[in-house]
Amino acid sequence: MRSTGSPCSARPSLPTEVKPHGQPLWLLAELTYKCPLQCPYCSNPLDFSDYSSELSTQQWLDLFQQGRELGAVQLGFSGGEPLVRQDLKQLIGGAHEMGYYTNLITSGVGLNADKMADFRDAGLDHIQVSFQASDESVNNMLAGSEKAFQQKLNMAKEVKAQGYPMVLNFVTHRHNIDRIDRIIELCIELQADYVELATCQYYGWAHENVEQLLPTRQQLEHAEQVTNRYRQQLEEAGNPMKLIFVTPDYYEERPKGCMNGWGQVFLTITPDGMALPCHSARMLPIEFPRVTEMSLQEIWDQSPGFNYFRGDDWMQEPCRSCDEKDKDFGGCRCQAYMLAGDMHAADPVCGKSPDHHKIEAVRQRSETVRNDSSAFVYRNTRNSRIFARG
Amino acid sequence: MNDGVISQVDQPRLNPMFRFQWEKAQDCYVLLYPEGMIQLNGPAGEIMALVDGKRSVADIIITLEQKFRDAGDLTEDITGFLGDAYAQHWITL
Repeated sequence: MRSTGSPCSARPSLPTEVKPHGQPLWLLAELTYKCPLQCPYCSNPLDFSDYSSELSTQQWLDLFQQGRELGAVQLGFSGGEPLVRQDLKQLIGGAHEMGYYTNLITSGVGLNADKMADFRDAGLDHIQVSFQASDESVNNMLAGSEKAFQQKLNMAKEVKAQGYPMVLNFVTHRHNIDRIDRIIELCIELQADYVELATCQYYGWAHENVEQLLPTRQQLEHAEQVTNRYRQQLEEAGNPMKLIFVTPDYYEERPKGCMNGWGQVFLTITPDGMALPCHSARMLPIEFPRVTEMSLQEIWDQSPGFNYFRGDDWMQEPCRSCDEKDKDFGGCRCQAYMLAGDMHAADPVCGKSPDHHKIEAVRQRSETVRNDSSAFVYRNTRNSRIFARG
Repeated sequence: MNDGVISQVDQPRLNPMFRFQWEKAQDCYVLLYPEGMIQLNGPAGEIMALVDGKRSVADIIITLEQKFRDAGDLTEDITGFLGDAYAQHWITL
């Protein structure tokens, strides 16, 4: 759209060797939508059951090579549950040889010590295990699996024993955030290197379940205080463990600079081969390119989908004249689409958005809603068919 | 332990949490870690390229002073950088 010398472009054309956007440093390979868990905050699309085809081993390896040539350096194996793919070791090995830093993002279900050692041999750099809560019953309730928690604990210990850097990811929400001290204690016990205490991002399944997930402001402030107290204790003890606390943008007055800008750093490939500028973007009414029809270079540099929200020509008021537009890029396009009904609108998280009252209403509801785990819409094929077109 | 002061006999080693490599696309050395990347500037990259757990700090200084003869005495720059790298947990001693 803003390619060299376009007669429609309002800007001076750029010399051909200078690209008007960044490199896809982060390549996220969603290998499959299959998953043994049913987390009610899964970021996969609601209608995932519509997309059952998967790229082949050779197609993935070819994409990794193309990504590397575009400057990609971090490669995430994700899903669904990536361990479901029988060729995972081969994919890790190929990516490692190309020079990627390889990250396996897993629930830990389906992992064992032998597989972990195999992946290590193949060149896997890092395993991130996600937890649902520190307490066994809450964790299992949220994951929809009885054995999941014990398995995760065992796998986290094994990750460390095999010398991998350990990043633990705890998804926090109103059911578990008051236990954040126990979550952190567990991480200290497991000798984690990094801990992400990340509140749900309300897309996909999490958006369906926002009432049962969004903590109250008071819960959030309490959790942040506890986290800060532990940070201080860790520093005093000379413990290098890093606590990363991610707040839900629903309690902000300015939107996040989503994905560091559309098509600037991040490239996701879905199990069935669609290329996206972020893992939620599939919900938008944009025709995104398919890796089976175009090279990654054409996708990144030229495809209408990846150029759609680059720059700021697409912006409406209040973004267009806002002096913070270069910082937050108008916020998240998916959130604008979901909440304002227009993907070109300001992210309703922003206090300047005419739809900001919708965010305030959700916050307000969080003060009165009662925790009820039976109200969750779990992420499974049966529920997905309700949202699917097929 | 070591309050940021690097001794000439220390043999710094890369923290196994990080991977160090040349990135053609960035045209610089980088440190890679779970889901992140630190781009090193020219001098920092030259120093880190010599950190192997065997060379002492004194070896690193001599090697770089021979490589960059016009730069003069590099002791302070190199120990200063390694002190920072240690504080950031990029290296162990």
